[in-house]
Amino acid sequence: MPIVHVTTREGEQRTVDAASGRSLMENLRDGGIDEILALCGGNCSCATCHVHVAQDWLDRLPPMSADENDLLDSSDERRADSRLSCQIPVTDALDGLAVTVAADD
Amino acid sequence: MSDHDVLVIGSGHGGVSAASTLRQLGYEGTIAILSADRDEPYERPPLSKDFLTGDKDAHSIHLRGPAFWDEKQIQLILGETVASIDAPLHRVTTASGKTFGYGKLVWAAGGEPRRLSCEGAELAGLHTIRSRADVEALLTELGGASRIVVIGGGYIGLEAAASLTKLGKHVTVVEALDRLLTRVAGPAISDFFLGQHREHGVDVRLGAAVSCIEGVDGRVSAVRLADGISLAADIVIVGIGIQPHVRPLAAAGADVSNGVAVDGHCRTTLPDIYAVGDCALHRNAFAPDHPVRLESVQNAADQGTVAAHHICGTPAAYAATPWFWSNQYDIKLQTVGLNSGYDQALVRGDPSSGRFSVIYLRAGQIVALDCVNMVKDYVQGRALVECRAMIEPSLLTDPETPLKALAAQE
Repeated sequence: MPIVHVTTREGEQRTVDAASGRSLMENLRDGGIDEILALCGGNCSCATCHVHVAQDWLDRLPPMSADENDLLDSSDERRADSRLSCQIPVTDALDGLAVTVAADD
Repeated sequence: MSDHDVLVIGSGHGGVSAASTLRQLGYEGTIAILSADRDEPYERPPLSKDFLTGDKDAHSIHLRGPAFWDEKQIQLILGETVASIDAPLHRVTTASGKTFGYGKLVWAAGGEPRRLSCEGAELAGLHTIRSRADVEALLTELGGASRIVVIGGGYIGLEAAASLTKLGKHVTVVEALDRLLTRVAGPAISDFFLGQHREHGVDVRLGAAVSCIEGVDGRVSAVRLADGISLAADIVIVGIGIQPHVRPLAAAGADVSNGVAVDGHCRTTLPDIYAVGDCALHRNAFAPDHPVRLESVQNAADQGTVAAHHICGTPAAYAATPWFWSNQYDIKLQTVGLNSGYDQALVRGDPSSGRFSVIYLRAGQIVALDCVNMVKDYVQGRALVECRAMIEPSLLTDPETPLKALAAQE
């Protein structure tokens, strides 16, 4: 079971036991990270599951779609390490992934 | 009788938002969510989409993880319907006779699907799509069904039609008015979705009034239209809107008409009773003419937040920008703003390309956008809606000019 390291908005370090085959968003939600609102439920239709990904993990994630890229533009908090967590399927290869919940817009 | 400092009625997006936000704000009192639904809180939007097609399971549509409720000390009281509210005594009584006291009550009970009133409306095989249980009941009958008639050409009906088509069903959509999505979108959007559904093999009947539902041995067999045509059906899905669930509030003396009236902090006219979400009739800065009820995740979630802030003594009046989405086939429709009262609709891009936006204006001001597979317009158009921008139509309809560039000019 892959482990994901999460830094919350308050700076608290949490560890989530993630399930492969589900999105990172679902795993964060199931892991009790309630700052992840994910209002559209993982449809890549809003930007309320925005996370910053640790630098050394960025290249190991699937590429960003045009829609995800456009939606991230709606956030003032967007940086080069921004991703929508609903668009990242968790696999065993992501064991140890580290993300930080993006600040609220 | 059990007492709760905050008692939330309803376990949809609005109720869960109110309860979760209270905890995020550090609220330390007792919180309970009481709901007629028997399932732990789940997302409604997938019910007509990925949950219906089987692409998402019940676990995937949980609103919060299973450990959340205990961890946050939010008690779930499921399968209980509020029968009455005693506002002076601050308590509610359920249909099963249980009584709950409250300090603050947050009414987030949403609505019930409107039912047909014609002959045959009670036959087996008629379904609505509002709760998870509704869809689970539909799914148990789906295997043996091939012909499905969907009554109502709104978002729920059309999403269901798209999902059922994907499952290989033969779907007919019956809409009483002369175009789809009349209540929510302009004609360009209606025409586009009509074309898409027909292309996917859906038999769409516009201007078709239902006369009655015909049955054999207590089970639906056909939908008869007012012009005498009979549409054979193994299953009928009724998607003709909701009736806000506000009866107990009305009986308790709240100001109730099409929903329950609330102020900018989601307060009803009854002391210590708030209302949020689909049932809350509120003044919205994006619909200046008259109070509105909005049936959307955005509205439910943001109003839940507003009520929680007021309860915590950090009031912030409701001012969120409305947004909405609908997925059908490979079409992603995204809406920002409210188009009520628009007097001009500009089409940006070519609908036949499958990617375009409709910009709604009112007295020259941009009030809303419907964006079809145009996420960029949706994201960039938000600023134009929020400042009610007035921009030369020829610029707005030029797809080569990014909306961001026009927003910058404002």
